[in-house]
Amino acid sequence: MSADVKNKCVECAECNECERTDTCNVVFTEEMRKTYKILIPTMLPRHFKILANVFSYYGYNTELLEDGTHGDSKTVIDAGLKYVHNDSCYPALLVIGQFIAALQSGRYDTHKVALMLTQTGGGCRASNYISLLRKALVRAGFEYVPVISLNFSGLESCPGFKLTLPMIHRLLYGILYGDLLLTLVNQTRPYELEKGRAEALADEWSERLAREMTASRIRYSEVKKTYRRIIDSFAAIDVGGRDRRTAPAVRVGIVGEIFVKFSPLGNNQLEDFLVSEGAEPVLSGLIDFCLYVVTNSIVDYELYGIGKMKAKIYKIADKFFLRKQKDLIDIIDKEGSFNPPTPFAHTRTLARGYVGMGAKMGEGWLLTAEMLELIDEGVNNVICTQPFGCLPNHIVGKGMMKPIKERYPHVNLVAIDYDAGATKINQENRIKLMLANAIPTPPCHHGTR
Amino acid sequence: MSLNGTPNAADGWKSLDATVPAAIGIDIGSTTAKLVVYCDGQLVYSCYERHFSQVRPKTLELLLRVRELVGDRPVRAAISGSAGLGMANSAGIPFVQEVFATGETVKRLEPDTSAVIELGGEDAKVIFFKGGMDERMNGTCAGGTGAFIDQMATLLDVTVEELDRLSLNATKIYPIASRCGVFAKTDIQPLLNQGAAKENIAASIYASVASQTIAGLAQGRKIEGKVMFLGGPLYFCQGLRKAFKDALKLDDEHAIFPEYARISVALGAAIYASALDSAVTMDELIAGVEASTRERLVASHTEPLFEREEDYREFCARHSRASVKSVYPKDYSGNAYLGIDCGSTTTKLVLMSEDGEIVYSYYDSNRGNPVNIVKEQLREIYELCGNRIKIMGSCVTGYGEELIRHAFHIDAGLVETMAHFTAAKYFNPRVDFILDIGGQDIKCFKIKDDAIDSIMLNEACSSGCGSFIETFARSMGYEVDEFAKLGLMAKAPVELGTRCTVFMNSSVKQAQKDGATVGDISAGLSRSVVKNAIYKVIRVASAEELGEEIVVQGGTFLNDAVLRSFEMEIGHEVIRPQIAGLMGAFGAALYAKGLCLDKSAVLTADELKSFTHESRAARCHGCTNKCNITVNTFANGEKYISGNKCEKGAGIKKGDTELIPNLHKYKRDALFALEERSADGGRGKLGLPMALGMYELAPLWHEIFTSLGFEVVLSGESRRSMYTKGQYSIPSDTACYPAKIMHGHIEALIEKGVDAIFYPCLTYNVDEHISDNHYNCPVVAYYSELLRGNMESIGDAGVDFLYPYLNINDERQFVSGLYKALKDKFGGFKKSEIKRAVSRGLKAYADWMADIRREGEAAIKWARAKGMKIMILAGRPYHVDPEIGHGIDRLAASLGFAVVTEDSIGGIAKAKKVHVLNQWTYHARLYAAAQYACEHDDVQLVQLVSFGCGIDAVTTDEVRAILESGGKLYTQIKIDEITNLGAVTIRLRSLIGALDYAKGKQKTALAGASEREREEATV
Repeated sequence: MSADVKNKCVECAECNECERTDTCNVVFTEEMRKTYKILIPTMLPRHFKILANVFSYYGYNTELLEDGTHGDSKTVIDAGLKYVHNDSCYPALLVIGQFIAALQSGRYDTHKVALMLTQTGGGCRASNYISLLRKALVRAGFEYVPVISLNFSGLESCPGFKLTLPMIHRLLYGILYGDLLLTLVNQTRPYELEKGRAEALADEWSERLAREMTASRIRYSEVKKTYRRIIDSFAAIDVGGRDRRTAPAVRVGIVGEIFVKFSPLGNNQLEDFLVSEGAEPVLSGLIDFCLYVVTNSIVDYELYGIGKMKAKIYKIADKFFLRKQKDLIDIIDKEGSFNPPTPFAHTRTLARGYVGMGAKMGEGWLLTAEMLELIDEGVNNVICTQPFGCLPNHIVGKGMMKPIKERYPHVNLVAIDYDAGATKINQENRIKLMLANAIPTPPCHHGTR
Repeated sequence: MSLNGTPNAADGWKSLDATVPAAIGIDIGSTTAKLVVYCDGQLVYSCYERHFSQVRPKTLELLLRVRELVGDRPVRAAISGSAGLGMANSAGIPFVQEVFATGETVKRLEPDTSAVIELGGEDAKVIFFKGGMDERMNGTCAGGTGAFIDQMATLLDVTVEELDRLSLNATKIYPIASRCGVFAKTDIQPLLNQGAAKENIAASIYASVASQTIAGLAQGRKIEGKVMFLGGPLYFCQGLRKAFKDALKLDDEHAIFPEYARISVALGAAIYASALDSAVTMDELIAGVEASTRERLVASHTEPLFEREEDYREFCARHSRASVKSVYPKDYSGNAYLGIDCGSTTTKLVLMSEDGEIVYSYYDSNRGNPVNIVKEQLREIYELCGNRIKIMGSCVTGYGEELIRHAFHIDAGLVETMAHFTAAKYFNPRVDFILDIGGQDIKCFKIKDDAIDSIMLNEACSSGCGSFIETFARSMGYEVDEFAKLGLMAKAPVELGTRCTVFMNSSVKQAQKDGATVGDISAGLSRSVVKNAIYKVIRVASAEELGEEIVVQGGTFLNDAVLRSFEMEIGHEVIRPQIAGLMGAFGAALYAKGLCLDKSAVLTADELKSFTHESRAARCHGCTNKCNITVNTFANGEKYISGNKCEKGAGIKKGDTELIPNLHKYKRDALFALEERSADGGRGKLGLPMALGMYELAPLWHEIFTSLGFEVVLSGESRRSMYTKGQYSIPSDTACYPAKIMHGHIEALIEKGVDAIFYPCLTYNVDEHISDNHYNCPVVAYYSELLRGNMESIGDAGVDFLYPYLNINDERQFVSGLYKALKDKFGGFKKSEIKRAVSRGLKAYADWMADIRREGEAAIKWARAKGMKIMILAGRPYHVDPEIGHGIDRLAASLGFAVVTEDSIGGIAKAKKVHVLNQWTYHARLYAAAQYACEHDDVQLVQLVSFGCGIDAVTTDEVRAILESGGKLYTQIKIDEITNLGAVTIRLRSLIGALDYAKGKQKTALAGASEREREEATV
């Protein structure tokens, strides 16, 4: 096997000094771009459906993996447990498990697929997912499958895949569309009279928006009009005349490590569970995380004098992103049926006095800020999700609960760990405790005979 | 209204009108079911029974029991408890969360309560009522509950009731870790071996549960006022009540143990139910539960272990072939060889004939005193043997090897791994993989070219070992054999997790909820144990990686369900010798034979008569560690000291071993000598907590602050007691021990009366230009943020806690960052002062690193000149802390290694291309050190890994891969709050054994024994 691997690995052939056979780096070349299918793991199902099509527009043949996202996570988790070091964090296990499960499913010509994974390059172990994936591929016998790192920090370059500015621009719209759907679905699901209506509508929209991403030109004025059309369509869903802005249901915020916060695969369908318990889930969007990453580069310069040029560019990006978020918020506000997300410009001031802006590994200060943002919005129940043993969350999640509770004694904060071995029943039991305290009077139970 | 008097007040019941509605509360916990009937503000009926996993039938039974009593009244019912959720949904009965239910009960019945502590089978809960209601439950990783107490009783070989009685007569409390049964066992076993009174151990267990609950759940919030104690364990165990009262310093008036403690949740459910809108009749309620008992299985499950009885019979027949002939002692005369395996919990003996038949064997718990057992057994053997059988050689292996060897003059000692290898070869000379699952540990080794190639042991966590199945079987009311049998033919084995016992317990709970049978659970557990061993401990991706010729052994494999699960999981047949539990002893006997002695030195029957053994607990004063040691004295005045962590305690004189270079010790001594160089220059007293990154940068900060005119004090070396002192303020229990001990260091500094404490936030560590970036891990980088938010004592003491974000790699930025943080404090600083201090600090740090490297290179040179083995004991800088490193450095030195650190060879080691993202300073050193080990025959690398260090999941694999690519053995040692040094010794001795074996030293010794056996092997 080692000889085969070496032939296929450009870097190893070049350095020519390594005897290693446990991992290999197959480069995604220009030629592969034409004939290979790029598989993308799912974190946020609707967002990613839209984003994947941005890549399609630029000539990449992409496919979004949905293995395990519909409550059928067993194969994915088993593959993850088998091929990933079990002490690695749960998201690594799931993402890699998803890839391996897909490759083993027989759906693909494995000699014609590449895998794409994001890489932040931060000080959290998550930036090593790619290395873990490559090792897993060798162990599973797919050492010939190329892996593409999607990163904004120049960690790995790849001749067959280039992230360009226009592409980032389109991705931004995709993210904002996704965030809008997220907000609207969550504010409709608990109240809709016809169950499943909001989700069906959001699915319809994500299909439509995904197609829109492949249009030859995207005008911002059109995007804004589309925002309004989306909002109107959700406002039209019958909620029995209730005002969603005053939120008659118990609102429960979800913050946490990005993967388990967003992915139904990672958090055992947490949003669905909350809705089934009659609560309204409240989540900040993916744009907040992007803005957090951008902010960190600016802070790095302010604190340490590192990356002056980079900071300048990121300041421009920051302004641009903030403005786009603001536009979306204004449109939601103007329509008037829904609570708009908090502007990030405000969110990022909130962690002050709790945790320093220099704490930038994992979700860093953003996680603390998001808990405070929720409290700020009047959401008094917050679930902090994390993979079991998540390093940054020891500090910015669990470590900040005491100071927050001291300041806001009325708030319910609960930390839930996710892991292949943690059972849903234990997680749900703790959430039920939170809900029991959040709802002052006993609810009329759905199943009472 | 009081419920303390007569809970089943039948009289009150009769006086109630037959139309008064009744409320029924049902609480299904992990092990018990409780039901109460509550009527017109009175508790009229209650019961509390184990459900043995039969959740739904049990509930039905309880309901049928109260049917008569309730009669035709309208009924409102609610279910609570973690295992009741599924049934509630399926039977259409409202569910109420159990902590919430408890809160309701207490608010209604004892409104002046300020806090509630409730212990259940697997949960611990604290509810605060006064000053902001707050309800807390233990996290996913937490011991110290009823299940833990059960486990400990098993370990002490007493019932839970006996444990309680014993505890009441205690005179002394020992520190015991209660976070997890594994850790506790590590603490308790030596106490048992030292002959500590069970009374004291029992009380210590309770004390540890109390302190764990209080520290873990209250997290700094004071539990005071009127405290109510609820739940089964606190209802039944008087000793546990006492422990809580003592720990919280409560008098009888403030510690309330109500009569309804064990049914409080059910009562809360009833109270909750009584407020519901709709009522039903008793018949309707029963019909609902009855229907739920008939519900089909929904738990995820796997295929059965055996489809048909014939398959099982065939399986049994196949395995019975892997047997050793045995011969009755009275039918044998001639030479014999004695093998003893003195394990941590059991002692095994084998007397083997010249032809390899078993003449006599013994397997049992060592009940805390293996010496006594071996003595009894030897006497028995001599009696049976008479003059016909002559012992020609003896050998001992296992944890108690040294003790037994000294006590009985056994001819040889053998490291466990070699003993097992020798035995496995007897059954299959081509063996290439051995897996041994015992009661508490899992060992496996790969064999390559007739030598042990790599060894894997379960480390700090003993999840999925044999005792786990046993404990579970007992908790469900079965003996382990019976439990295993039920699993063999189970139709739908449940899918359980592969992690820790606590996790598995909850998986079982979930399965119970879903209606799985005992057999399904038994089979599921067997599969879990196997999966845990394969994927967690051995960590293989596919069965092929294990090998072709696999021998499995250890007591756990005597369980056919486990054996079958293993074969199913790896997809082919393996050999399980019938003497699976005796393999260590059998291997020792084979080795004894291979010694080819003329006569064995083992004590004769006459000598045995006058044999005496006394053991005395003592404290070693060889160093500041002050280990608990045991001094064993034998009849002839011979002494043997055990429990020592290094050569000093063993009574060996200072001499050669003192000369062996040990960079861990060198660094430690040099760091703590810093303090002496600081004098007060008028700025006040500044404290540096000696934990985490401070072990790297103390020379830098010490110099900077001394230059600035501070008296710099260090918190000191870590101690267990220091950890306990800060434990109350730890918000995340799953963080690594080096981080959690930080809390104790802060407390220590406050006690020293410092004006300020300094531990900066360093996203970026020192850039040594050997990696793509130079991060710290998130915990090292930002732990100060957590300390600030969680340690009230900092504010209470008025200490200025300084934790600026700094860039230490760019002097100008460094100065401006530090200036910003300090300029207005302590009387103000000029920038020029800061500048001078920083420049001096950087120089001091550079000198320090240069010195460490010089010392490291000198150590290597010295060792090479003497032909000694060199060990890079690699990890993190803070692993040199004696409390965190547990003296493993001294242990390695005592085994004849020159010990260096990964940073001390930084000057000579260069990493090649690394196949992971290489952007952490400490990690980059590890990779370079591993490469260095590959390039030098006389250098071994042993990696220390802190339990819970997620980031090391990446480095361990990479370091292993680098070493293996260079043909080196990889040895990893997981360390935590408690570390079993016995296991570490086995690791290191196995490493030496494997190195020696590879050199062929032992090959000749074994050749005589193994060749003949190859011909005789029955398989």
